[in-house]
Amino acid sequence: MVHLETDIFIIGAGGSGMYAAIAAARNGAKVIIADKSMIGRGGATIMAQMTTAAALGDEEPDHWTMHLEDTLLAGRGLCNEELSSVLCKEAIDRIREMDDWKVGWARKNGKITGVGAPGHRKPRCVYVDFLNTGPAVAKCLRTQIVRNAEVTRISGLLITDVVVEDGVVVGAVGFNLADQTPVTIAAKAVIIAAGGLTRLYSRNSASANMNGDGYAMALRAGAELIDMEFPQFFPIGHLAPRLVGMDPIMWDPFRYKLGGRLRNAKGEEFVHEYGGQDEGKYLTTRDIISYAITKEEEAGRATSNGGVYLSFEHLLEEELRSAFGPVIDRLAANGIDLTKRPIEVAPIAHYHMGGIKVNSRMETSVLGLYAAGEAVGGANGANRLSGNALVEAFVFGERAGRFSAIYATGKQRGWSNKSGIRHLDSLNNLISCKHSDDPEHAELGQIWAELQNLMWQNVGVLRTGLKLKKTLLRLRSIRENLEEVTPAKGQAFNLTLQDWFDLRSGLLTAEAVTLSALNRTESRGAHQREDFTETKQSFERNQSISLDRNGSLNSRFVTSKNFSELKNAR
Amino acid sequence: MNEMKDRVTITVKRGAQNEEPHFEVYRVPYREGMSVLDAIMWIRTNIDSSLAVRYSCINANACKECMVMVDGKTQYACTTRLLNRDTTIEPLSNKVLIKDLVTDIVPPKENLHFIVKNIPSNV
Ligand SMILES: Cc1cc2nc3c(=O)[nH]c(=O)nc-3n(C[C@H](O)[C@H](O)[C@H](O)COP(=O)(O)OP(=O)(O)OC[C@H]3O[C@@H](n4cnc5c(N)ncnc54)[C@H](O)[C@@H]3O)c2cc1C
Ligand code: FES
Repeated sequence: MVHLETDIFIIGAGGSGMYAAIAAARNGAKVIIADKSMIGRGGATIMAQMTTAAALGDEEPDHWTMHLEDTLLAGRGLCNEELSSVLCKEAIDRIREMDDWKVGWARKNGKITGVGAPGHRKPRCVYVDFLNTGPAVAKCLRTQIVRNAEVTRISGLLITDVVVEDGVVVGAVGFNLADQTPVTIAAKAVIIAAGGLTRLYSRNSASANMNGDGYAMALRAGAELIDMEFPQFFPIGHLAPRLVGMDPIMWDPFRYKLGGRLRNAKGEEFVHEYGGQDEGKYLTTRDIISYAITKEEEAGRATSNGGVYLSFEHLLEEELRSAFGPVIDRLAANGIDLTKRPIEVAPIAHYHMGGIKVNSRMETSVLGLYAAGEAVGGANGANRLSGNALVEAFVFGERAGRFSAIYATGKQRGWSNKSGIRHLDSLNNLISCKHSDDPEHAELGQIWAELQNLMWQNVGVLRTGLKLKKTLLRLRSIRENLEEVTPAKGQAFNLTLQDWFDLRSGLLTAEAVTLSALNRTESRGAHQREDFTETKQSFERNQSISLDRNGSLNSRFVTSKNFSELKNAR
Repeated sequence: MNEMKDRVTITVKRGAQNEEPHFEVYRVPYREGMSVLDAIMWIRTNIDSSLAVRYSCINANACKECMVMVDGKTQYACTTRLLNRDTTIEPLSNKVLIKDLVTDIVPPKENLHFIVKNIPSNV
């Protein structure tokens, strides 16, 4: 066993976790940051190829309040306006700060340049060429923490639980993936920066590590979640032909720069039938396009792979090359010539609007517990604008780091030698349990597959009460029986122990999404009910989820403060 | 029988650091264009979840965690296409083996045990 001590402990080293580490350290704290994958590589941040939004106003006039208006409009009445305004305002500071750190934002005539995107009235989406925003950002932030003597980085450390005593966070528990060494960390404050949940869906753009650990850890620690019914479906995820070496959401930048046309299997354009606008331009928001494609599929007008066509055949080779140079070669290596054939696309789970409930200091309802990045809910309401997620990671990461460091100043660590015993015991039980003698052991893999299919089929783009109810029952029963499923034998890099903990989080998080979706008997943004198609004024409220002592999830609707109230309060 | 025709034979070198390595053979359903990582993930989901492998981004070739030897050549498992013929997958030969396809590629300063040894006063 290993015991570590620090001021601030950060779970997850994506954009939000790394920014939090930088901010906590410059506000005087010692930091340990851990990732179950490798520092800076495991999550969505390094995979984000496109853009990030900030109202810099360098190229043409823009203002953060305009960015805010766009964000609130897209959020369909559910944004926590305080969080949204912090996001839009401080996005500018973070983008400029990273510019100072030489992240490499694309420039025109010496000025940081931006592109447009659906829902943004100004071309404020900045990027690093070519399709390199995420990798550049991850490298830039990693370099900052590597240089910082106050920050200790640990790769391959999976955190299972945040430890809370008498209502106050005292640290966390986890294990070293390479050899199953149990690890306890005493800390004055803990930041959950563990990213999203899209791996819960069989069609997703997720990395292997995005299975809702952060949400589940927060629930078990006694914190509340909000807006869990709103995972975002990215409408034009790559479906066919099989493409390797590219991120499945790669067609978005193509749409920004080149338009492209969506057609069903009969060759007809259809987006306008669902209240959108297409005509070779990229103007319609994600929720509407996801809905339109799913409806076309239902009506039997999908391709044999279950998607629709996206075509750039009307463009010239030179136009494609000047917009995407090296990417065109990567496509060619996959046997794809866009001037000759369309590709097939379909919605995939891509991001989570919901998450841990925090105030603008990123404090959860549990003293000493903070959250940041995609793990946080509220800033994007029922639908997120593209480009708003990376800046959410930077802005909320910086805030979580800063405010947790201020909170920790002058405090003592609350860890005693009894702390974390309960969590350690259950970890040790799993490690030393009587393992299945069957060397061919794929039970955990099969449960994962079932979970992902359940979520995609029943809690995906189009939902009905009946399917949601059935799913909820099934998820509960798998969750209750998980104790009986054992990891395989062996200490060295035993992935089945990780599978078990991933499932434990995944099942609880999936249940939170399903319960929330069942209770919201209306349609709004990314949540579309076939049995309740109207958007209802009475549901312009947020749903909050908590875990009770018996391990059951409870939901209640709350009215979040709107902006005018906040302004008056100031 | 038809089903077996659409399967391809994958041989994986397995074993942890202090064990005698052995080769295990799997028959994996073949789909045109699939990656070597797709095959490994299929084995983990359907036959043996204890097969150890390191990967994160699955498709994006962003995380660079998935390097293995495919038929003797160093490759990213997620971007190497599986060919419709017998294929052998082994761990990197120039790195310290941890288990099966996983080798030690973590920067030393980010390794738990290194930190415990070298940063004793992590206060
Ligand atoms: C393919 C893709 C493309 C995208 N493109 C864009 C884009 O162009 N623009 C945009 O604004 N947004 C984009 N997004 C969304 C955006 O990338 C994410 O919302 C954002 O990067 C989240 O950052 P984060 O730090 O909160 O989480 P992540 O970057 O996901 O990091 C979370 C980290 O936590 C670790 N972790 C999880 N659980 C544990 C645990 N139990 N113990 C230890 N560590 C743990 C994970 O391994 C991971 O490294 C994209 C997302 C994807 C998937
Ligand atoms: S899995 Fe990320 S590069 Fe291969």
